[in-house]
Amino acid sequence: MASQTEAQINISKQAIIWLLLSLSITFTLYAFNLENWVPACFVVFAIWRYLIEKNNWAYPKLWLRFPLTIAGGIAVLVTYGSLFGRDASVGLLAVMISMKLLETRTKRDFVVMVVLSYFLTVNILLFTQAIWVFLAVLLALIGLTACLISVSHQTKQTTISPQIWKVQAKLAGKLLLQATPIMLVLFVLFPRIPGPIWGIPQDAYSGMTGLSDSMEPGNISQLSLSSKIAFRVEFKSAIPANNQLYWRGPVLWHQEGRRWQMTSDNIPLPTETIETSGEATDYTITLEPHNRNWLLMLDLPDIASSTLPAEAHIKHDMQVLSKEPIRTRIRYQGHSYLHYTLGAKLSEHERTLALQLLEDENPKTRQLAATWVSENKSPTAIVEAALRMFREQTFVYTLAPPRLGKEPVDDFLFNTKRGFCEHYASSFVYLMRAAGVPARIVTGYQGGEINPNGNYLIVRQSDAHAWAEVWIQDQGWVRVDPTSAVSPDRIEFGIGTALPDSNLLPLLSRQDYPVLKNLYMNWDAVNNGWNQWVLGYDQDKQLALLKKLINKDIAWEDIGLILVTTMIALMLFVSYLLLRNNGGVVLNPTNKIYQQFLKKLSKAGVTKLRHEGAIDFGNRAAKALPNQAIEILEISALYSSMQYAKHQASSNITNAPNQQTLSLLKQLVKNLKIK
Amino acid sequence: MKKITDAIISKTSEVILGKEQQIKLALACILAKGHLLIEDLPGMGKTTLAHTLAQVLGLQFQRVQFTSDLLPADVLGVSVYDRNAANFKFHPGPIFTNVLLADEINRATPKTQSALLEVMEEAQVTIDAVTYTLPQPFFVIATQNPSSQIGTFALPESQLDRFLMRITINYPDAASERKLLQSNGGREQLAKLSPVIDAKQLQTLQAACHDIHVSDALLDYLQAILKYTRQSAQFNAGLSPRAGLSLKQCAQAWAMLDGRDHVIPEDIQAILPSVAGHRLVSNSTLTGSVDNIAQLLKSVTV
Repeated sequence: MASQTEAQINISKQAIIWLLLSLSITFTLYAFNLENWVPACFVVFAIWRYLIEKNNWAYPKLWLRFPLTIAGGIAVLVTYGSLFGRDASVGLLAVMISMKLLETRTKRDFVVMVVLSYFLTVNILLFTQAIWVFLAVLLALIGLTACLISVSHQTKQTTISPQIWKVQAKLAGKLLLQATPIMLVLFVLFPRIPGPIWGIPQDAYSGMTGLSDSMEPGNISQLSLSSKIAFRVEFKSAIPANNQLYWRGPVLWHQEGRRWQMTSDNIPLPTETIETSGEATDYTITLEPHNRNWLLMLDLPDIASSTLPAEAHIKHDMQVLSKEPIRTRIRYQGHSYLHYTLGAKLSEHERTLALQLLEDENPKTRQLAATWVSENKSPTAIVEAALRMFREQTFVYTLAPPRLGKEPVDDFLFNTKRGFCEHYASSFVYLMRAAGVPARIVTGYQGGEINPNGNYLIVRQSDAHAWAEVWIQDQGWVRVDPTSAVSPDRIEFGIGTALPDSNLLPLLSRQDYPVLKNLYMNWDAVNNGWNQWVLGYDQDKQLALLKKLINKDIAWEDIGLILVTTMIALMLFVSYLLLRNNGGVVLNPTNKIYQQFLKKLSKAGVTKLRHEGAIDFGNRAAKALPNQAIEILEISALYSSMQYAKHQASSNITNAPNQQTLSLLKQLVKNLKIK
Repeated sequence: MKKITDAIISKTSEVILGKEQQIKLALACILAKGHLLIEDLPGMGKTTLAHTLAQVLGLQFQRVQFTSDLLPADVLGVSVYDRNAANFKFHPGPIFTNVLLADEINRATPKTQSALLEVMEEAQVTIDAVTYTLPQPFFVIATQNPSSQIGTFALPESQLDRFLMRITINYPDAASERKLLQSNGGREQLAKLSPVIDAKQLQTLQAACHDIHVSDALLDYLQAILKYTRQSAQFNAGLSPRAGLSLKQCAQAWAMLDGRDHVIPEDIQAILPSVAGHRLVSNSTLTGSVDNIAQLLKSVTV
């Protein structure tokens, strides 16, 4: 009885450290995604459990554990307002696992804990799927597997040798490595369901950033502080110049105070064809989820020749929308023309929308517009006049503009004169409308950063931009970017050059720190590959790959069949490998060479029976193959003595034959030729 | 060392014709310090084999014919009152010797059998609270008729286990039998036989036996055999740890007789029928123990 408890203590001592280590990794990852008190809770209980182990304290009694459990559940309920949903249920699991540490002592407890911890660890991927998270998860899984191993290896040794950690970690890594083929098969073949995963609750999409369907001064400059990636673009041909890279997003028509909004009016698509000139540009966009419908496209998209997600459509103002909000990373191919004439005719409905302004606001601006009109200027001249004003007066392009007063446009144009792109775009459109020139705001992204490692373009939230389009007779909708009048660098070279260093731009959008930048670019190239080939492996890709492999169209129902067949084949293959090697016994080097010898003889028709000793077999084989008798007998005798005789201490750990003998045997077997 | 053992074997073979394998086994048993049980029909040369071995090894030899009225005192000795000295004097029995041939041990009553077996285990005799140590080396060669014969007390398994080996002699082949018939029988030669070694040398040989190397790979094989006997449905009960130890010791002796300094699986295979045959109880009565051992050997991978 005494020895049994002793053995138990020894299980837990090593296993508990493995468990705590792995869970520490997991909870570190959760620290970014769950309420802070949840990881803190783990830290407390982990330290407690460690002290129990170290100082042989008593485990907490039921009267303490029971209220703790209830309190944990209530705390989760209070924090998340529910016990369901992704955050709440993962939080609950995390808290309960932390507490379960206090009653984990028998082998069964450990097994339960490890299984729960596997689940908890993998769940982190519901929150984030970055590569480094994946790697950290892998590390935690190895630790947990090592914990299982140390639980299964009951020893009565009172001291833990330092080597055992390495051995167990190695074994765990090996086990996971052995599972890799199955993982790959499951990854490639497991039927992908189009659309979001069934179970992912709504709260999974909070915290996604991107353009909104309305704009107020400050929106886009806020967005510009984020270095999060909006999308990545690979061009089929050369990447166009930076000042041509206008990525079209929501088009805003409706003005209401300082707020600009999309129109909900249902306007038919223009009937006349859009005139395009020059070569089309083909590209592939990998769009990060932003929980909105817009699919960003290079101005001006031709959706008839683009390959877009199902049920995507284009609106009269050339913005492309998907049916569902974009909640997973998607990829689509675009086809755009950089030179075009859009909207040669303006419908009455559109003209009304494009001239809409709230009454009685910004008198100074209206006054200015009125002077231009009274001067009988043409629309083109009015546009020019406005741009000249931006260019010649002391307008400043800044991320941190002062707050605007009651009459925002007046305040900006005549007073503060400091603003970000949305200030320029909105005041410009306001000015145009006031002067009777139809105009609208287009939001989207401008420019992007070329990653030389991989030759693709990274467009970040910090590249978010707003510009204007004015309608001019015979020219249609013409893009006018008032920001370029103020800060040409913004459009030519990107936001990093346009803003002075003191501004709060994300580190990676700035131009300094070339080494850091290069490092980042490499990393992003890896990330891009990860996104495309691992995370972006969806139903379409799966079907395309299988089609390539099988050369036949298949439905995803068939994939299940292929999956099962492949798994069975894989397992049979592994069993074969194991059985072939004497029932999974690992062969030592001597035996490996001897196996080659046996193979050679077997080909010559003399097969060793499994119960036959080496010498007996050698004698039999020598009789059967008298021409090679000497060699066969020599090899058999050498092998037998290597296997069973006492050796000179060649290696310090085991009684193994030395290297010379081994190479002698190898040579002999190699030289054995049977005709 | 190989020279000595070869000489012993060839000398013995001069008397026991055509039975080298049995002689070798018997010698291996002696080298492994075990007791030998020879089981065969009357007249097969059991007694001659035992006698010859004792002679060749230069050992003192005593023979007791076991009968159903033989008493323990007839084997161990008895204290008799000496009127002159006015005390009891111990008269040692035939057991005080190097080699005791217990002929037809299964004819004696269990009482006598167990008295003998006790001495075999302890190598000493205790009578009237006085312990008498037997001369060294000491071993028993017992012969028995197959138990189906009338008027025998079969040795129980627990007592069979005391014997390291059980061998059978079998009929000689035609050539050997012809040679035997041409001569006057072994007895005459036996009288002329000169010893090859003496008791001291035998003890040296026995000690050398321990130094024969047994590798881990071989122990793997040995354990696989033990495991098989314990798990297979073929046997009623598997081999005991003592049987395992016996197997190892006999294999060492066998390797020495072959002139090797290490044991190989072939050694185990050679001695296994003799060492394990009487210890394994088959589940099916239809197949003999020899078949069972052959089956066992075939089933265990080297």
